[in-house]
Amino acid sequence: MRRILIVGASAAGLAAAETLRRQGYDGTLTLVGDEPEAPYDRPPLSKQILAGEWHPERLALRERSDLAALDLDLRLGTAATALEPADRTVLLADGTRIPYDGLIVATGVRPRRLPGEGAHVLRTLDDALTLRDRLAPGRRLIVVGAGFLGAEAAAVARGLGAQVTLLEPAPVPLAHAVGEEVGRVLSKVHLDHGVDLRTGVGVSEVTEDGVRLADGELLEAEEVLVAVGSSPNTEWLAGSGLTLDDGLVCDEYCAAAPYVYAAGDVARWYNPLFGTRMRIEHRTHAAEQGMAAARNLLDPDARKPFAPVPYFWSDQYDMKIQAYGYLRGHDQVAVVEGDLTERRFLAAYRTGDRLVGVLAVGMPPKAIRRWRQAIAVGTAWHDALAGAAPAAEFT
Amino acid sequence: MTMRVELDEPKCVASGQCVMASPEVFDQRDEDGIAVVLDETPDDGLLDSVQEAVAICPAAAIRLVEQ
Repeated sequence: MRRILIVGASAAGLAAAETLRRQGYDGTLTLVGDEPEAPYDRPPLSKQILAGEWHPERLALRERSDLAALDLDLRLGTAATALEPADRTVLLADGTRIPYDGLIVATGVRPRRLPGEGAHVLRTLDDALTLRDRLAPGRRLIVVGAGFLGAEAAAVARGLGAQVTLLEPAPVPLAHAVGEEVGRVLSKVHLDHGVDLRTGVGVSEVTEDGVRLADGELLEAEEVLVAVGSSPNTEWLAGSGLTLDDGLVCDEYCAAAPYVYAAGDVARWYNPLFGTRMRIEHRTHAAEQGMAAARNLLDPDARKPFAPVPYFWSDQYDMKIQAYGYLRGHDQVAVVEGDLTERRFLAAYRTGDRLVGVLAVGMPPKAIRRWRQAIAVGTAWHDALAGAAPAAEFT
Repeated sequence: MTMRVELDEPKCVASGQCVMASPEVFDQRDEDGIAVVLDETPDDGLLDSVQEAVAICPAAAIRLVEQ
């Protein structure tokens, strides 16, 4: 293999490039990204960048010299527009055709939007800087969507003195991800900090003066942030023959086709540890899968199934949430350490007869890592909870 | 040539990924989970695991530099 092409120059694409070089690949390595910036980190966008605490330079994922050492054919500010698998060629927006022997797709996701103009979204550095410049004490901000991104942005905006209304269509924010009881506890922190949190409220469109709710009411604000999830960037793969189904569908090796692998937010792959296909939009996952895809592409005879325990964290006010595993679709939640109401707890999640996840707030790191290990080895629920005296259990 | 581990502590997000990748070289503070470098100039045999920690760190807070 002498020509490897990575499409997507964020965390997953960069991790793949670094892994290829570390594994001794010395052929042409092309990294294509649609944003003009060198690879940068996204989690601080809704935290330190929005708060104005960090200069954007701090986001660089690698120093210039480290990037140069990778000897990349780096093509930034240019999106890929099509894949011709028969010719093993990718077309770029500027008309360039790039032939490859191996391809890694890491094109990520983009924010979903609502009908109407003028709302902010929060995915790129540009998005974050634009919103930051519009936040000020007393200014009214409506955040549509109380998921982790919306919640973090609401917290930062409150810290800047803005008047924040947080709208969520579900009765309990994050319930689908973390369960109703935990979701309720996590959302209460916004009420404690003076956010006007309204649940069970749908938004039909963004207007010049704010948003129109599903029941027709107009809610006014100077700024609106829409944080209602994201869609995988797979349009450029239409007609390529690859399977697209809410992401680029891959096997347990992260392979979508011979010599075509995927990594990061865009990849829907089969995770053998949980026995299901999943698409994970977490920062650590992007790097892990970038590394795994690169190794499997480079050494097909020794390729390994990619079976990670997903991890994410979220910072809101002084609360840090950390979670391991795959909580979605769980059957039961048990608070096994601490106390929900004190916002210092560790909750364990069961799906079927397995421990599949933990979520912790304010717990020491060693306590969390022990549970992570139990998930990684597929511990049965009964065994995981042996010795624990759950303070509360919910199904 | 000796390699030195550099941690940009204010960037650390306390994910503990480095400890799992390279437990001989990293630990976390009990009170806030922030990473601690146990061995700033690890032996060659540990460098692969440190590279793994550099790659996996979700805050890009770790560097391995020649000194």
